[in-house]
Amino acid sequence: MPAVSKGDGMRGLAVFISDIRNCKSKEAEIKRINKELANIRSKFKGDKALDGYSKKKYVCKLLFIFLLGHDIDFGHMEAVNLLSSNKYTEKQIGYLFISVLVNSNSELIRLINNAIKNDLSSRNPTFMCLALHCIANVGSREMAEAFASEIPRILVAGDTMDSVKQSAALCLLRLYKTSPDLVLMGEWTSRVVHLLNDQHMGVVTAAISLITCLSQKNPDEFKTCVSLAVSRLSRIVSSASTDLQDYTYYFVPAPWLSCKLLRLLQCYPPPEDGAVKGRLVECLETILNKAQEPPKSKKVQHSNAKNAILFEAISLIIHYDSEPNLLVRACNQLGQFLQHRETNLRYLALESMCTLASSEFSHEAVKTHIETVINALKTERDVSVRQRAADLLYAMCDRSNAKQIVAEMLSYLETADYSIREEMVLKVAILAEKYAVDYSWYVDTILNLIRIAGDYVSEEVWYRVIQIVINRDDVQGYAAKTVFEALQAPACHENMVKVGGYILGEFGNLIAGDPRSSPLVQFNLLHSKFHLCSVPTRALLLSAYIKFINLFPETKATIQEVLRCDSQIRNSDVELQQRAVEYLKLSSIASTDVLATVLEEMPPFPERESSILAKLKKKKGPGAVSVTELEDNKREGGELNGGGDRGPDTAAMAASNASTPSPSADLLGIRSAAPVGAPPASTGSLLVDVFSEAGPAAPSAAVNDDGFLSSAPPSEDPAPPLSEADELLNKFVCKNNGVLFENQLLQIGIKSEYRQNLGRMYLFYGNKTSVQFASFTTTVSCPGDLQSHILFLNVQTKPVEPLVEGGAQIQQVLNIECLTDFSDAPLLNIKFRYGGALQNLTLKLPVTINKFFQPTEMSSHDFFQRWKQLSQPQQEAQKIFKANHSMDTEVLKAKLLGLGTALLDNVDPNPENYVCAGVIQTKSQQVGCLLRLEPNAQAQMYRLTLRCSKDSVSRRLCELLAQQF
Amino acid sequence: MFISSQFMLLFSRQGKLRLQKWYVPLSDKERKKISRDLVQTILARKPKMCSFLEWRDLKIVYKRYASLYFCCAVEDQDNELITLEIIHRYVELLDKYFGSVCELDIIFNFEKAYFILDEFLLGGEAQETSKKNVLKAIEQADLLQEVCSD
Repeated sequence: MPAVSKGDGMRGLAVFISDIRNCKSKEAEIKRINKELANIRSKFKGDKALDGYSKKKYVCKLLFIFLLGHDIDFGHMEAVNLLSSNKYTEKQIGYLFISVLVNSNSELIRLINNAIKNDLSSRNPTFMCLALHCIANVGSREMAEAFASEIPRILVAGDTMDSVKQSAALCLLRLYKTSPDLVLMGEWTSRVVHLLNDQHMGVVTAAISLITCLSQKNPDEFKTCVSLAVSRLSRIVSSASTDLQDYTYYFVPAPWLSCKLLRLLQCYPPPEDGAVKGRLVECLETILNKAQEPPKSKKVQHSNAKNAILFEAISLIIHYDSEPNLLVRACNQLGQFLQHRETNLRYLALESMCTLASSEFSHEAVKTHIETVINALKTERDVSVRQRAADLLYAMCDRSNAKQIVAEMLSYLETADYSIREEMVLKVAILAEKYAVDYSWYVDTILNLIRIAGDYVSEEVWYRVIQIVINRDDVQGYAAKTVFEALQAPACHENMVKVGGYILGEFGNLIAGDPRSSPLVQFNLLHSKFHLCSVPTRALLLSAYIKFINLFPETKATIQEVLRCDSQIRNSDVELQQRAVEYLKLSSIASTDVLATVLEEMPPFPERESSILAKLKKKKGPGAVSVTELEDNKREGGELNGGGDRGPDTAAMAASNASTPSPSADLLGIRSAAPVGAPPASTGSLLVDVFSEAGPAAPSAAVNDDGFLSSAPPSEDPAPPLSEADELLNKFVCKNNGVLFENQLLQIGIKSEYRQNLGRMYLFYGNKTSVQFASFTTTVSCPGDLQSHILFLNVQTKPVEPLVEGGAQIQQVLNIECLTDFSDAPLLNIKFRYGGALQNLTLKLPVTINKFFQPTEMSSHDFFQRWKQLSQPQQEAQKIFKANHSMDTEVLKAKLLGLGTALLDNVDPNPENYVCAGVIQTKSQQVGCLLRLEPNAQAQMYRLTLRCSKDSVSRRLCELLAQQF
Repeated sequence: MFISSQFMLLFSRQGKLRLQKWYVPLSDKERKKISRDLVQTILARKPKMCSFLEWRDLKIVYKRYASLYFCCAVEDQDNELITLEIIHRYVELLDKYFGSVCELDIIFNFEKAYFILDEFLLGGEAQETSKKNVLKAIEQADLLQEVCSD
């Protein structure tokens, strides 16, 4: 090996570094650095031209100072000068400096790009590699603009040296990641795929990273890589440990390449070609077999490399989710790792099992390890491992083991690390709700949760327990009793007081028969907590008190006295004062009848998705929970949210109570969702026929009904879209979730998420009546060119259950793929029978082209440059229109962000204007879009301008957006 | 979805950064904050703990070699074990080049440490995993500089 001081030893640099290391204090170090900076500055400014060596030395010193954490604002020009030196070390240091201290000065960039260009065309492989490394390290948009078309050529040229190919492949990958729009697919792409067959393993290793990334974005174009990757993998897996010479790592043949191949295959579904698939399954089996063989070396590197491949293979098996045999073997293998002495393996096994738990083939196999996982939660010394164990318990939970898992999680919570408590609380709350068979268990669990970790119980959790208790009359008495007992504790958490106040205010009467919890005892207990509570809790308690007056007239005098005292009626807090005054007045003047009406029991809440789940998702980031959540849908079968057994009496009660004003503002979020206008069961069908929103469908249904077809499922043509379908669609341009449609019978809620050109939409159909909907069917038709049968949008879904019980909600998942840009939204037709009458309505699904936006950040300079590039008249669409909504800045910003683009600050010279940029991802192409919105507050007008690389997109976006502001 | 690192940091037991390589565009301020937070987090961990941790939305893979910590940040779906061996291979390369590498070699020859890293990992992806080939490239460059500087 070369001695290090050889050739380029920069003595001055070594001395400087020693000096810095000898500094006794930070101050001394700064002093020494400032002295050096002054020296370098004077050298650079001096009259005497510096020779290459000195320049290199000083630039290197600056680099060292920068890497110590100090700011460097000069020396860039000298570094750029070094790039054109014909001495290799000088060039190399120049490039290093440029790569580390990226500078956006455009004059410098021009010079740098020139030097790179020279080196790329030098045909000297060492120089070419240096230049490519620099591009890959900097990876700026300017570099992409300058070199994105050149590099593919170098990559596939026949005479390019292997080492240059390797650098070119990864350099191109970096540019593609930063500026995908600038790397154009072309003739080179098919040749890149064939690099998988290259003789040089290093070339394959580098190229495969590029191919994987490109395949993700353009799977069709690259799908030939699947069979190539399988045969390459098969050759590696079956090779003896010495066959691959230097690519064998601690007796494991080509571990990096193997992992990358397995990762590439995860971009695709299982191979369709039987032979290829067979070969791949064989590979996966071999990998699983090898895990059982005795190790060829005791070194940890050997087992790590071997297991890295194993874990990647398991990821692929899970990704395919179609080979039960492999899934179960994978699970058994991970089970062994759960007890391994290496912490790393235990961690990874727990992590990997989490995803296995969501496969229907391996869910049961995962469950057999429950004791080991619980043990891990209790005994692992590393919090990150315990966290994984908690995640796995959550993932493997189902009805059969829910009680055990929830109990273990609760007991862990008592000692859990602060960093994971909130998440644990959410998880326990979700599991308790999802798998509650008897609701007393659910109530116990949540109250325990508040007792153990009250500080970490968010509003969503205690709101939810109240929703559920209100909606389930079989648990109300138990809840009242339990919460009463919990409140006996001398120090109980404020959240407990909130739940207690609310529940006793509603259902305290159910336990008032027992003298130990007589009305006055209940009241005194609640009031003993009052003074220790915050204002919102006190407000809630005041509402509970007025409810007490209604429930128990005998407490009236006591409570009026409390309300009347100065600390209430003259409280400095407006809310408390107002409540005290109003409640006092109400209780004094209203007759018992009026009081009973005003303070009636709360109506049931509409059944809907738990807000806790939403919170957990937010905490975990989008996507993170989607696997388990999908699984939820599969297994849950509508236990709580479906509310399948809600009898008609509940619905009728809901209807009669619908207009009861709630005296408590604390649960505002919930109250606002209380049902309004659910039709009473008896008259429902009549009213519906008159008011049905399905308009044109109703009469024809009646005709059908009398005929001989009446017992057959609905078979008529879909109704034309509702007249307000467009208006409903427009509500969802800038948001993804909400209620799409609601009439007297049916409510349709939507939740959707989009990523690149793919989307997933959850539709929730709620039966608002108490009568079953029969023959419930939905169909989605996609926009496309009817004559040429070309689809613009591909929407896949499964049929829904044909029966929707009264008060129940069913869910449907749509998988959406944007194939090319489109203007018309897909249509959703819903047909069902309600009391014999066929309902038929068609809506537009709010899938609009902007859903497939990826935001693009760019500087002002870039923005206007691109703006100018998109100057063809048809690329621009413009509209001037009157403001329909508030022109408030924050509202506008929120809408523009909701649109999916990046909102660019400091771009438009006029700060009043908004500019946005984004790329629309479709399967066939990407469309760059720029947007400018110019409000005129005085005239209450806007001017909206769009420029896109595809003219149909400009037009469509302009149409859509003009409705939004 | 690649086996790619977002950044790599080398730091001493005293928390001094010895090498930093960023594969994603971040401002200087963000880099400083990330390194400071991460160094603190890792130094606070006990020796027998596992080599992986979730940190913000990244996965951190780290290992200590004598007085130096090597730490790689990868994306959520990336393979932890193979990343651990990326680190090890880099250590082997340094060791072979410097001849029993120690922290001082990296301090005094930081530019070499960067050059070796660039030959091995480019843009956060493994470019050449053969130890022989990487060292050959570096040797050739060293040779070139001698010829030129004569």
